[in-house]
Amino acid sequence: MPPLIEFRQVAYQVSGRDILRGVNLTIEDHETLVLLGRSGSGKTTLLKMINRLLEPSQGTITFQGKALSDWDPIRLRRSIGYVIQDGGLFPHHTVEQNVGLVPRLENWAAEKTQARVKELLEAVGLAASTYASRYPRQLSGGEKQRVGIARALAADPVLLLLDEPFSALDPVTRFGMQKHFAELTKSFGKTAIFVTHDIREALMLGTRIAVLKDGQIELIVPPNEFSKAETPEAKAFLATLESGAHAGV
Amino acid sequence: MRASEIFEVSMEHLLLVGISVGVALAIATPLAILLLTRARLRRWTLAAVNVIQTIPSLALFGLLLPIPFIGGVGKQTAIIALVLYALLPIVRNMVVGILGVDAGVRESAVAMGMTGSQVLWQVEVPLAIPTILAGVRIATVSTIGTATIAAAIGGGGLGTFVFRGIASANMTTVLAGAIPAALLAIIADEVLEWLERRLSY
Repeated sequence: MPPLIEFRQVAYQVSGRDILRGVNLTIEDHETLVLLGRSGSGKTTLLKMINRLLEPSQGTITFQGKALSDWDPIRLRRSIGYVIQDGGLFPHHTVEQNVGLVPRLENWAAEKTQARVKELLEAVGLAASTYASRYPRQLSGGEKQRVGIARALAADPVLLLLDEPFSALDPVTRFGMQKHFAELTKSFGKTAIFVTHDIREALMLGTRIAVLKDGQIELIVPPNEFSKAETPEAKAFLATLESGAHAGV
Repeated sequence: MRASEIFEVSMEHLLLVGISVGVALAIATPLAILLLTRARLRRWTLAAVNVIQTIPSLALFGLLLPIPFIGGVGKQTAIIALVLYALLPIVRNMVVGILGVDAGVRESAVAMGMTGSQVLWQVEVPLAIPTILAGVRIATVSTIGTATIAAAIGGGGLGTFVFRGIASANMTTVLAGAIPAALLAIIADEVLEWLERRLSY
């Protein structure tokens, strides 16, 4: 069986400037790959290529063995969940409408959508009876991210893409969300690609960690081998742990 | 001059305004959608409608008079001039409102697999409604004022009283046109502002 996603010599330029160079990457089912890097390292660009928000300048990417350029972008995106830093919730929709978005786009029966929304809200730790009719402005930062994750999971996607989903949260809320997310991906059996600049988060959530530096992948290792990494950027991230500095901010 | 006559002319005035703003909306909507993705055309078009706005209304009515087919004395010429004036605030607010929608919200709409028209009609337009309605409100209120001048080229409406009053130096007749026009403007402003608030998320 082909890998879920494969990058082959992928590069991306914006007005002559290299954002990504020579990226080769394989992502298998049921893993959580963390893309760790500083601001501007190209991690978000890499993520956005998978659901074709951005198209590579060179190289090819395959999803389920088929080149991304051969996928209908609408079909592709509806089978991939996407969560961003501030949740990207629709402010004019209730929590229920937000979570039920993709099922509605996919013309699910109303009762099926409703049941799914309820199930997912409970799964992310929000009581449907309390939250379903609220608007995003009536939610805390952590609650918004929970709704964002529920929305991403709604139509049972094969893959989740998460772009620093917990970065804007306070440390206590963030820690709770990280633990919850780890349980959730395990119980739903989802493959996830998770972008972060927080090494603690990377070590906690990743089954593999890819370190990005200046648009290139410096190394890919499982979290238990990360402490032995010898590459400069990995060591720079490790140093933030040793000094006790908070890597997440 | 009886109250019923004032009422009748007020309704005629309102019809003139309603048709003009309605036609302006019908032109502005596709125009704004066209301009959303074309930055250069957007600058030129907004500049052009801006220039139209700076032409004094009496002069614009005068300029339209000799133009074949669209010109001539009567309601049609008046409506064309009023539509041209109403276009700017409506188009501008549509474009600004839609382009001003939060980038994260737009991006996640696309990333969820919404089509271009679903993003436009289910996300961008609903979120831009307060701004769009503010444009319609400005256009309506100013059209109610400008429409009084339309009487000069046979457009009818409350301006008829104003011009008749000026010609005969009869202040009562002037006020019979001016006061209802001011009232209409205030009422339209209030109603549209209420609607704007109702439709804000």
